[in-house]
Amino acid sequence: MNTPIRRVALTVMLLIVALMVNLTYIQVIWSDELRAHPRNSRTLNEELARQRGDIIVGNEAVATVEETGDNLYPYERVYPDGPVYAPITGYYSPIGRTGLERAEDPVLNGSDDRLFVRRLSDLITGRDARGGMVELTIDRRMQETAYQMMTDRGLTGAVVALEPSTGRILSLVSTPTFDPNELSTLDSEARAAATEELEADENRPLHNRAISETQPPGSTFKLLVAAAALDNGYSNDSEVNAAPSVQLPGSSVSLPNYNNNPCGNGQRATLLQAMEESCNVPFGEIAGELGPEVLQEQAEALGFSDPDLEIPLSVASSELGEMADSAAVYQSGIGQRDVRVTPLQNAMMVATIANEGSRMEPHVVSRILTPELDLLDEINPDEAEQAFSPQVAQDLTEMMIASEQHTGGEGQIPGVTIASKTGTAQWGVDPSETNPHAWYVAFAPAEDPQVAVAVLVEAGGDIGAGATGGRVAAPIGRAVLGAGLGGG
Amino acid sequence: MSSPVDATSNPGQAATPSPPAVPTRRNTELLMLAFAAILVTIANVLVEANQEQELSTQLLYNGAAFLALFGIAHLAVRKWAPYADPLILPFAALLNGVGLIAIYRIDLADAAADPDHGYLVNRQIGWMVISVVLFVLILAFVKDHRLLARFGYTCGFVGLIALALPGFLPASMSSAGGAKIWIRIGGAGIQPGEFAKILLMIFFASFLVSKRDLFTVAGRRFLGMDFPRMRDMAPMLLAWAASVGVLVFERDLGTSLLFFGLVLVMIYVATERVSWVVIGLSLFAIGCVIAYPLFNHLRVRVLNWMDPLGRLDATDGDSFQLVQSLFGLGTGGIFGTGLGSGRPTLIPAAETDFIISAIGEEIGFVGVAAVLLLYLLLVMRGLRTALAVRDSFGKLLASGLAFIIGLQVFIVVGGATRLIPSTGITAPFLSYGGSSLLANYILVALLLLISHAARKPQPPSKPRPQQAPLAEAHTEMVARPT
Repeated sequence: MNTPIRRVALTVMLLIVALMVNLTYIQVIWSDELRAHPRNSRTLNEELARQRGDIIVGNEAVATVEETGDNLYPYERVYPDGPVYAPITGYYSPIGRTGLERAEDPVLNGSDDRLFVRRLSDLITGRDARGGMVELTIDRRMQETAYQMMTDRGLTGAVVALEPSTGRILSLVSTPTFDPNELSTLDSEARAAATEELEADENRPLHNRAISETQPPGSTFKLLVAAAALDNGYSNDSEVNAAPSVQLPGSSVSLPNYNNNPCGNGQRATLLQAMEESCNVPFGEIAGELGPEVLQEQAEALGFSDPDLEIPLSVASSELGEMADSAAVYQSGIGQRDVRVTPLQNAMMVATIANEGSRMEPHVVSRILTPELDLLDEINPDEAEQAFSPQVAQDLTEMMIASEQHTGGEGQIPGVTIASKTGTAQWGVDPSETNPHAWYVAFAPAEDPQVAVAVLVEAGGDIGAGATGGRVAAPIGRAVLGAGLGGG
Repeated sequence: MSSPVDATSNPGQAATPSPPAVPTRRNTELLMLAFAAILVTIANVLVEANQEQELSTQLLYNGAAFLALFGIAHLAVRKWAPYADPLILPFAALLNGVGLIAIYRIDLADAAADPDHGYLVNRQIGWMVISVVLFVLILAFVKDHRLLARFGYTCGFVGLIALALPGFLPASMSSAGGAKIWIRIGGAGIQPGEFAKILLMIFFASFLVSKRDLFTVAGRRFLGMDFPRMRDMAPMLLAWAASVGVLVFERDLGTSLLFFGLVLVMIYVATERVSWVVIGLSLFAIGCVIAYPLFNHLRVRVLNWMDPLGRLDATDGDSFQLVQSLFGLGTGGIFGTGLGSGRPTLIPAAETDFIISAIGEEIGFVGVAAVLLLYLLLVMRGLRTALAVRDSFGKLLASGLAFIIGLQVFIVVGGATRLIPSTGITAPFLSYGGSSLLANYILVALLLLISHAARKPQPPSKPRPQQAPLAEAHTEMVARPT
């Protein structure tokens, strides 16, 4: 009987080997897929059990955790100034995440490679694993000012402020906004109700108007056309068409100035005057003269047509649209037709002018820190492109100073020279039925720019067809500039 | 070998002056047991540290219970089976210890979710106490495994009744989790099938030994294979068919598979003919083809086996349990999440049928491979005992006892890891469950007895008078018959 017993032994060995081979397949080869499977609640549970890192502005957290005392879900994500920072932080809930909660998730949940050594020491010392901290470039005072200005007046729109020399985003506001605390709660019923309400809201509070939506830039776009013109032989003293309107080439439609006013004294005008008074006719004509290629080139140098822009939140690509005929080029020259920009793009444009033509990569994260606030990584200023020469930048600055002086409205800062441009952009299927968007882009101080800002008030804050960038958007922009310059 | 009774094992011989010195290796056993206790305690500390962040008295209780019980078992072996294989008990002890840790760990998770949840580990320790008592009693009273051969038919009869009994009881007393395999009175319950397994094994071994000569002599050749005469095998096949039939009827797929494989192997070892294995496997294949459309629960398991991730929401019996098991194993990966840091309670029945997945999540592939190797070593020591023992009954019984552990591990682990369709049976020594634990300690006690018989020094044969070779022998005068 010994031969069969030996064979039985061999059989059992083979059975056990088969089990081990199969286990190798599951635990070594298949494991990544199993771990990442959406129905595998282990991964998420593990993450919920770990103390997620804070998102910091100044020295205070704008996203942090509170201990629940519960064993399965020991931490709940809380946002001390929820609505103010919601467009940046996004929200973190057991079922989803947006904003920086998503973009910086590996750091916050502790799985990022830069936290590897830290994780290893946690493992050895038996400390509870914690996520890393993300410090923002945001200036608390500017962010709060921008938020207050928008919400106090019940405005729909966005404010973006940049530090021209570095690309640091100093404020990023989108209104109406939402309270991420409602979405991060562990109470699943309350969460579901809040989600449903926010998604049903026709003002779309979950949309980030500062970076995720594009709108026609209106007259603020004339800065771009002017930059291209200055680069192509124009100067601030070049004579331009002062007529109150011009017929679009190849059509019976005419392109009028605002209220059909003539430019300058009506006989002759300079490029500087055209910008100061925001005349449409000369910029339509200049655009037509430069042609779509030159405009597209200038736009790309300023950051247009970049679908991969991340701050690290992903930014919608600003576009000139197709300019198939001269009429389209004329209309595009005044920021209408199919030209669409994000408030961030407009802020980048004026920041580039303020920074002598050098466009810096915009970013909202300044540093990555360990849970003990030791430095892991620092995001350094990075020049994206020299968009135009310092001379062009200086000429544009001159125009913007003149424009600011021409613009009315409240909020001028005593002793500070602001360089700005307003915009009032028609939009919608029938522009006579919808109130125009009000824009204001600016930087200050003009002689040594510290802050650049773009303000968009959708539908002019619904104060009627008389809404202009100067009346509605400029006071907000000036207040934010003031907060940034320490004046208040 | 064909004689079931060996004349040399007369106890009276022990007094003879010079038995050859065979080391008993009992101290090796003690050392291995101590090693197992240390491993188990370390694992226990890790679980507590990760779960509670503090060490509780339960830790001392678990450790003390483990040491005390196996200390007693060791002393019993020392007294009644001193020459037994020194590795079998420590392997069983270590597996039992790993199981205790896993159950305790699942208890902690359950208790965290529901403060009223009782500690299963304490009940398991209770069952261990009963098991060890039974273990000691068997060593003390059976003494020689060959005694069991005399009760072959009795064992077979009792075994069949035990197996069939739950089928006749009302569902309230016998049914749980789809299978009708319990006898439950009040709060306590046992699964008679676990004991029937061993009783029937004794029957098969004694029957096969008594008929062994017939198989090898009588028979005919067909298709190049030797087939024994059917009538020689009839009682055996009848018992086999009855047990498998009963189990299928009770919807206990795993145990029926276990019986099927066990009997096949025992017949193969007894007859030394591969033909029986071929016939058996062919019948099995035919049986599967017939059963597949007939039994819905079987079909569901096969479907879940083929596409577990796709059937998470199947309405006719989803693959949730299997998928959770795969998720656990996959999440654990090569080295595991660490003892006490996984989420094994997400798998339904993690403390019984799917305990290997719960273990695999926290100690990873490396850990499960170690557990599987432990099982393999245990089986190998059992089969080695079968090789070494001199009587046929012992050989057959030891083969059966050892093989059934291996087969059971294959079925339960293969089921939980999607190597084969999953069927509900317990992992020997690891899983929570009194009947399983009791039966497996009986099994180990029997293996130790056989192994003791195998390694016990042979009393020196009576010195025969020196005889000259026949060729050189002188002739003798023989008295002439008158």
